[in-house]
Amino acid sequence: METILITTAVVTGFTGILAVLLTLADRTIANYGEKKLVINDDKEYIVNGGRSLLSTLIEQKIFIPSACGGKGTCGYCKVKVLEGGGQVLPTELPWLTEEELKNNIRLSCQCKIKEDMKIYIPEELFNVREYEATVELIEDMTPVIKKVRIRLKEEDEIEFKPGQYIQLKIPVYDGNEEEDYRAYSIASSPKAKDFIDLYIGYTGGPATTYVHKFLNVGDTVYINGPYGDFYYRDNRDKEMILVAVGTGIAPILSILHYMAEHEIDRKVTFYFGARTPEDLFEMDLIKYFEEKIPRFKFIPTLSRVTEEHNWTGARGRVNVHLEKDIENADNKEAYLCGSPAMIDTVVEILKKKGFTDENIFYDKF
Amino acid sequence: MIDINPMVIFLAAIFTNNMIFSYFLGMCSFITVSNEIPTALGLGQAVTFVTTATALINYLLYKYVLVPLNLEYLRFIVFIITIAAFVQLLEMIVERYFPSLYYSLGIFLPLITVNCIVFAVSLFMVIRNYTFLQSVGYAAGSGLGWTLAIVAMAGAKQRIKNNNLPKGLEGPGITLIITGLMAIAFVGFSGIVQIQ
Repeated sequence: METILITTAVVTGFTGILAVLLTLADRTIANYGEKKLVINDDKEYIVNGGRSLLSTLIEQKIFIPSACGGKGTCGYCKVKVLEGGGQVLPTELPWLTEEELKNNIRLSCQCKIKEDMKIYIPEELFNVREYEATVELIEDMTPVIKKVRIRLKEEDEIEFKPGQYIQLKIPVYDGNEEEDYRAYSIASSPKAKDFIDLYIGYTGGPATTYVHKFLNVGDTVYINGPYGDFYYRDNRDKEMILVAVGTGIAPILSILHYMAEHEIDRKVTFYFGARTPEDLFEMDLIKYFEEKIPRFKFIPTLSRVTEEHNWTGARGRVNVHLEKDIENADNKEAYLCGSPAMIDTVVEILKKKGFTDENIFYDKF
Repeated sequence: MIDINPMVIFLAAIFTNNMIFSYFLGMCSFITVSNEIPTALGLGQAVTFVTTATALINYLLYKYVLVPLNLEYLRFIVFIITIAAFVQLLEMIVERYFPSLYYSLGIFLPLITVNCIVFAVSLFMVIRNYTFLQSVGYAAGSGLGWTLAIVAMAGAKQRIKNNNLPKGLEGPGITLIITGLMAIAFVGFSGIVQIQ
């Protein structure tokens, strides 16, 4: 009995002392006090120092695009630090080119506010805002992909270009201890400004688990956006090649919505890669586009069909068909959305055919 | 208590009883952070410092708190907590007061909390009944031995960076093979001294 008591007392006392010590250190050593943050020379904020630039900016309702949630693994949250960022950290180096280093570009999730700072961010990011919204509909598209419709509050409107994305806030839930943001492309038409549709595939990660296992119709969610330079370019004389796999179909659908609504007549070929016929979804919508857009052609290609599927369409991965179907880059532009592996292979093929960075647009996730 | 000169233990920990080459401990950061010599050296220095400092604290805790109370079996938990808290505290202090050191070494500190050799040193020194000075020699030696190993590995990896490797062996695969070869070479040192 005595041993148990002594053990408990020693462990409690010991951890207690260390906890107090660490809390004191956090209050004193890690406390940098209030710092002045000047953005674009005209906006001044007084903020608490010691935290990363990214989370401090989010607190001030300024949203820098970031897909990894501040772990330094996506390299999106770049900002220009004019004064007071300290040295570039080794954790940032893999994401910065020599030119960016020269221009004082930093990853805002790694750079901490320890002194007064002056930074520059593109004006359009000030248009990005956070929306409190409600889940209106959750629908199974395939066994692993859900469509989620998010309705904004009555007084709110979201202005975006077809192809852009928003960030969904992933709250703390049982099994996820940290609040986080994840990027999802908008699939609905930019004309509908009061709601957005997202397609979210289950991967087992904290964000997709939240959507697939915890999110219900009627729940309040927080989104911010829009972001991204992957959007429809209005070069009407050019032929369009669209390529997507899985949930990568989302921004492409938004682009097609836009074209259908504006009666844009361009030659469009959409290659959609999936594994089995079960993975094809929103085919009604595609049919609608086929009617509305005169020269629209949809080519679904399946990589894992068996005899039982009775599939008569194209087989294999998207790159096989692109290799075969496309002769040259003359008067064409390509829009790609999907996994980095798919994008890398397709970009390589297209470049071989004569495409350049100017006429390939892509969104990797 | 065994009667070996702390200096001998220090040297033995570097060569004959190297943490990497004879115990295969501390492998995670050894494999992932050994791509460039300067980085490897930085991490090695940080590991050496943390290993030595935590060994000192743990030695005192063990001898003057745990042993008198007959709580030797608590050493695992107590050592681990000490190491974790110490590293965290150290990170805060370095970040605030030694900015240049933080840029070169500070970012490695979180990696060190989970480096096995820090804990292994604290544990081995009490299992082997080292005296205070012997523990210091052992801890510093183990840290330096680990530094030697990771720097050597970084050197080897830089030499083979542009070589054509079989696809399956790239990265950790070849690192482990090189480690094995180096370990065989280090067997040559064994038998010079016995420290346990």
